[in-house]
Amino acid sequence: MKNHVWRPLYVVIALVVAILLFRAIYVPKDFGVQERGYTFGFHRLGNEQEWKAFPAKYKESNYCNECHEDKVGSLSASQHAMIPCENCHGPALNHPEDPEKLAIDRSRDLCIRCHSALVMPSSGRNNIPGIDPATHNAEMGCSECHNPHNPSLEEM
Amino acid sequence: MKRRDFLKSTAVFVSGAALSLSALDILEPGEVLAANPELRWGFLVDTYKCVGCGFCVKACKLENEIPLEANVTRTWVERYIMTKDGQVLMDTPKGALNGFTTKLIDQNADGMKKVADEEIAQAFFVPKLCNHCTVPACVQVCPVGATYQTADGAVLVDRTWCIGCGYCIMGCPYGVRFFHPVEHVADKCTFCYHRISNGGNTACAQACPFGARRIGNLRDPRDPVARAVLHQRVGILRDEYGTKPNVYYIGLNEEVR
Repeated sequence: MKNHVWRPLYVVIALVVAILLFRAIYVPKDFGVQERGYTFGFHRLGNEQEWKAFPAKYKESNYCNECHEDKVGSLSASQHAMIPCENCHGPALNHPEDPEKLAIDRSRDLCIRCHSALVMPSSGRNNIPGIDPATHNAEMGCSECHNPHNPSLEEM
Repeated sequence: MKRRDFLKSTAVFVSGAALSLSALDILEPGEVLAANPELRWGFLVDTYKCVGCGFCVKACKLENEIPLEANVTRTWVERYIMTKDGQVLMDTPKGALNGFTTKLIDQNADGMKKVADEEIAQAFFVPKLCNHCTVPACVQVCPVGATYQTADGAVLVDRTWCIGCGYCIMGCPYGVRFFHPVEHVADKCTFCYHRISNGGNTACAQACPFGARRIGNLRDPRDPVARAVLHQRVGILRDEYGTKPNVYYIGLNEEVR
């Protein structure tokens, strides 16, 4: 073959070699076709571990109970017993180190999530005591009258 | 050939042929486990119990670092209202991040609609999240292997590997995927893989005061979720797509899409 044929061919071969080299360096060793085959198993195995190591923010009420036994106790005796502490107090993260103090959500908006009266006959919403937020002491915070840890006015 | 030799050879040949070749294969334990793992994550949603408080949505966003006010969520709650004259109304204000606090139903271009209490025939809430399908369309269409399924059934996205082409977002028949506004890659519910794989509960199930959401192992017959899926009348969303979802619903209506 003539020289003018070989020269571009060399360029193409060099390109292919460069791409293969780049691929060998760039693609991680654990990337490949895993158990489920090319269609569903094609991934980097190490990423499963990365997701498992993602930091958790919410702890659970048992964690709160370790230090705040009295609060958890009074709450669990009330009608709000089913509400986890962190729903109002925010995720515990590494409390008490980080953050030292949890910000408490005392807003009216938090209460009316459940207690705004809606007609939902096919759901448990109908069984929750509900108010019309526009007319029921509209200017006041709910916790001014109701203790969130013991919300029933009769028992206060 | 003697008759004795002939019978002997025949016996050897027949017994050999009767033995299937696959019976001689030596199976790797990993291979067997992958084909039928002891763990298969499944999710159970009870629409009778859900009250639309949206605590699950808030907890999910905080747990998984999805910006609160951005209009994307890994899980959301839909409200369905069926009127006595056959209308089906649905809305999900901000994915129910702040719960359902008003009787007004957002009908987009048609504005806010109010249905008179006595006109309501059925009304309920439907929490939605990634179905972690057995045959996930999103995994199938991902060209680079960034979205994948683990052996225990969770569908995850490799953030370092995603090129942001959006095929998975288009491919998902349930619309549960979105672009993460901070990470700039495809994002979705992971079943809180970081929590469940370390023995915990998902953030949404933990935040739900009413027990409307539960995660469990579908391969363990003693697991409450597996028991409910086996013994109760449960439904799945969009069966016709053949994706075999692993999120099961108690009290599902055909109006729910």
